[in-house]
Amino acid sequence: MNKYLLYPGCSMDSSARAYLESLNTILEPLDLQLDEIEDWNCCGATEYLGINLIPAYSLIARNLALATKQMDSVNGTGGTRTVITPCSACYLNLAKADHYMQERPALGAKVNEALSAGGLEYKPGTLDVRHLLDILVYDIGLDAIKRKVTRPLNGLKVVPYMGCMLPRPDYKHRWSDHEHPTELDDLLRALGADVIDYPLTTECCGGHMTQIGPETAFELIRRLIAGAHERGAYLMAAVCPMCQLNIDAYQLETNRFFHTHYHMPILFFTQLMGLAFGREPAELGIGAELVSARNALAHIGVEVPVTQEPATPRKKDEGLPMPRRWTRHEEKEAVK
Amino acid sequence: MTHNTFEPTIIGFTCNWCSYRAADLAGTARMKYAPNVRLIRMMCSGRLDPTFVLRALSEGADGVMITGCHPGECHYIEQNYKALRRYLLLKRVLKGMGIEPERVKLVWASAAEGAKFAAETTAFVEEIRKLGPLSWGKDEGGGMKDEIKNGDSSLTIHAERSSFEKEVAA
Amino acid sequence: MTERVGVYVCHCGSNIAGVVDVVDVANWAAEKLGRRGVIIARDYKFMCSSLGQELIEKDIKELGLTRIVVAACSPHLHEKTFRIAAKNAGLNPYLVELASIREQVSWVHTDKAVATAKAKAVVSGAVSRVIENQALEEIKVPINPNTLIVGGGIAGIQAALEIANAGFHVYLVEREPSIGGHMSQFDKTFPTLDCSACILTPRMVEAGTHPNITLLTWSEVTKVTGYVGNFNVTIKKKARFVNEELCTGCGICQEKCPKKVIDEVYEAGLGYRKAVYTPFAQAVPNFPVMDKENCTYFIKGTCKACEKFCPTGAIDFKQEDQLINLDVGNVILATGYDLFDARRVRNDGYGRLPNVFTSLEFERLSNAAGPTNGNIVLRDGKSTPKSVGIIHCVGSRDRNFNNYCSVICCMQGLKFAHLVHERTGATVYNFYIDMRTAYKAYDEFYQRVLEEGTLFVRGKVAEVTDAARNEREKGKLIIQVEDTLASKQRRIPVDMVILSSGLQPRRDSKDVGKLFGISCSTDGWFTEKHPKLDPVATMTEGIFIAGCAQGPKDIPSSVAQGAAASARVLDKILQKEVALEPVRASVDKATCSGCRICNGLCPFNAISFIEDDQVTEINPALCQGCGTCVAACPAGAISGTGFSNEQIIAQIDGLLMKNLEMV
Repeated sequence: MNKYLLYPGCSMDSSARAYLESLNTILEPLDLQLDEIEDWNCCGATEYLGINLIPAYSLIARNLALATKQMDSVNGTGGTRTVITPCSACYLNLAKADHYMQERPALGAKVNEALSAGGLEYKPGTLDVRHLLDILVYDIGLDAIKRKVTRPLNGLKVVPYMGCMLPRPDYKHRWSDHEHPTELDDLLRALGADVIDYPLTTECCGGHMTQIGPETAFELIRRLIAGAHERGAYLMAAVCPMCQLNIDAYQLETNRFFHTHYHMPILFFTQLMGLAFGREPAELGIGAELVSARNALAHIGVEVPVTQEPATPRKKDEGLPMPRRWTRHEEKEAVK
Repeated sequence: MTHNTFEPTIIGFTCNWCSYRAADLAGTARMKYAPNVRLIRMMCSGRLDPTFVLRALSEGADGVMITGCHPGECHYIEQNYKALRRYLLLKRVLKGMGIEPERVKLVWASAAEGAKFAAETTAFVEEIRKLGPLSWGKDEGGGMKDEIKNGDSSLTIHAERSSFEKEVAA
Repeated sequence: MTERVGVYVCHCGSNIAGVVDVVDVANWAAEKLGRRGVIIARDYKFMCSSLGQELIEKDIKELGLTRIVVAACSPHLHEKTFRIAAKNAGLNPYLVELASIREQVSWVHTDKAVATAKAKAVVSGAVSRVIENQALEEIKVPINPNTLIVGGGIAGIQAALEIANAGFHVYLVEREPSIGGHMSQFDKTFPTLDCSACILTPRMVEAGTHPNITLLTWSEVTKVTGYVGNFNVTIKKKARFVNEELCTGCGICQEKCPKKVIDEVYEAGLGYRKAVYTPFAQAVPNFPVMDKENCTYFIKGTCKACEKFCPTGAIDFKQEDQLINLDVGNVILATGYDLFDARRVRNDGYGRLPNVFTSLEFERLSNAAGPTNGNIVLRDGKSTPKSVGIIHCVGSRDRNFNNYCSVICCMQGLKFAHLVHERTGATVYNFYIDMRTAYKAYDEFYQRVLEEGTLFVRGKVAEVTDAARNEREKGKLIIQVEDTLASKQRRIPVDMVILSSGLQPRRDSKDVGKLFGISCSTDGWFTEKHPKLDPVATMTEGIFIAGCAQGPKDIPSSVAQGAAASARVLDKILQKEVALEPVRASVDKATCSGCRICNGLCPFNAISFIEDDQVTEINPALCQGCGTCVAACPAGAISGTGFSNEQIIAQIDGLLMKNLEMV
């Protein structure tokens, strides 16, 4: 039994539920046990780091400190000191905190000062922070994965999309290359898929630019979708909830913006693993994606049951009313 | 940060072909490292008679650094392995004598590794500083130690604090 | 105390005096070390200058000094200088000791008080030690006049010819079937655009036919023992399966061989050869080699087409590897370089994108004798590129790969630009970090290429991709680069990309270094004795290096180094004998208990046990002076000259300022 500590991150509960569901289906066949860090909190994504380093790192390091408390409770080989994250942003943040607390002792001291308020402490270097893909490829191994494949994805033309945050900056040299890592290619190939060389594999999906500069984000998304389309891919495989969300949820708007008609589904690599391990699409959250993968999977004879249409969409595309603004008097009253 | 004013005296044994040249290279490249180590040149780390180490420790050294070629790179083919054997044995003997075995350290440094030599030296001085003085025969050690003590203590060799650290500390 | 010691503290200009209070050190030595025998201590601006040396010589004569300590630079720099000075004044040179207060003190410390204190300790150690020094005599050994040269590239060929022409015998060992090295693969040579084969082939032929040169191609050195003047080397001559006595080099076997193989070595993977082959038409020697892995006979047991057609019956399938043993006096290593494997730079797409070529591939592509007869075409073998991007510094000057500059790539890139221009008329872009066109007539060549209309973009290429963003980029290779002169990100679509890949040490350079007892830099290049003043000698006497094995360099520099190394070898040969450092171990038979602990310790087999006397003996000619046996002897019966127990213990005490006032 391979045991690890799991830091799921916020998105696994919401937009990337399919990731979590599909991950859970591959644990047992791969003899993998993930113990969730108790009372974990948001890693702060990218926002805090831009404003003030100490609160940002403290927020992240709290999770690491909590994880060290659980190190002993996970008795097994290999994984007791290893925290794995399925999300690239979480992975980068956790790895970054561990790295900089060590490299800059003064920062480490400040962060620990903050943590001590909650009776916590984290000694940098105690834990190994690794991404799920890294564990699957290098600890579990491609051979072990290959042995579990009961429904090879032969003929499924897929582009591997690693995203930009996973391989860079690669503090601990975990990946084969910073710009053209091939771990995801190798994994998908092990599942039997027809993997297409995808030069855009580490290009940015736009991240949170969809919120603050949508036009920039749309262009980045367009390049990725167009690149996959031109190479004849049926679908894309993602390792990061953010990437998956951007390409899935913003594809329609991107098409609208550029007057294009791309239809490029994107699934989590764990969903494809689940399929290859013989699970049914519904168990893997397939069908929940906005750009449907039904036709793509039909190429290899996988039928995706029609999911229920979402509850009646709102008729008019207008915002909900905002709360009325406080008068100065009301505000004073409330503060009292 | 607390300042430890104890300045250890350390004897370093170097191999003529690798580590002594590493020290030369550190010099030529003007790398700065802790001034506490005084070097003795031998033809090979295999020349190291363990009694040299005991002699150094008994005559006032707080630590001894033994340096030689990397395994497989010995100028005399394999004599550094013999140094390694003696070193491991010596550590056990030291323990039996009531001396912290950490006072003796073996470092491999090739002729190209000036930076490594400098870094290892500085690190070892810090380790010995933490261990404190070797508790005998201190006062017979002579004037040198006092001179270092009387010198400007701020000189100590710690790497310059990065501006980032200063910023955070401020 | 009977010894009379003189201490000389060098300022080395401000190199030492800037940090160490040299006057204080000298005064202190005179005052505090007087009881140990120091009768004079002086400081001087430059001890190594002739005036400084005269100072010492004068004191030896006038004050009757019996021991000298010079507190100056590292003994590796000037020990010899001061030993000679002592010798000139009639003092045994081994009674001089250097205290390194430059490399070990002034250059590595900044605080004056601390540095001065350490300098005093170092001087104290040296004084204590020098008193225990003994007068020694150099050991003279004869020099074998034969020379071994490893590597038959242009550097090795040059060295071999120089020595052979001087009348001495050379064994030239080459791993490949033919000598010629990388230069034989090139089309043109910068900056003069001489045809590479035209200038190289005559040299190869001369080396191949010279009566003083024994060519050992398809061979590798497997074992080296001995020392300067007296090396014994074992060479494995791999089976060629062709009898060299009978073969005339007619080439019929190659013609008739039915097996076609991609030539990964000479044609850089772009062309084909047969299973029995000479790598190229002008190969020296012209005997073919059978490639056992690919030969149909060796795989299936039938075929033998070559044997059937060979007019002289030279094919010999039963030939076996042969071990040759040679005695040589000196060795020149000219083992050359490997091309950086551009697949490592995944961003540049080599190996993924068909129309990305390496520099060596392009050399073959543009070579009239190459796989395309000199036509510059894309990987499809037909289309001529309309635009070509040449990327410099691939794998060089990049902390992810090799930190160093590979020296030749700029000029190589310019040469490629010129050839592409001349032969295809395509638009050529050069992407460079810095243009490095030093040396004679190089910059003029750069200007010429500029005038030809080649476009230069200054910036490190971020990526070569086939992911088009718009119609203009469709079907092209797009080079993404930051143009640092225009401060702009640019995407330049081209048809063909040539990677000016860097040079790197031979894959096995560290093993070869170990075999010959020389060291490599961290990158893997052979380390020279002095980077400026002794670039072809090594720390091991009698082993010399030349060409790219020492570091990246162009053809003129490789030739110059080959010639320089041969001059150094000739110098040794003509001296007929060489003086060895008398650092040797010896056994005091009266004290030896015959325990034999030391017997297994010597890797040079210098230690032997005399059964009759039940004592151990050390052969001084074989002893290399490491001292391991000295340290091991429980009876203290073995002593090592130059690094004796007494010397080292005295130095320990001295460094620790032991009993400063008491002696």
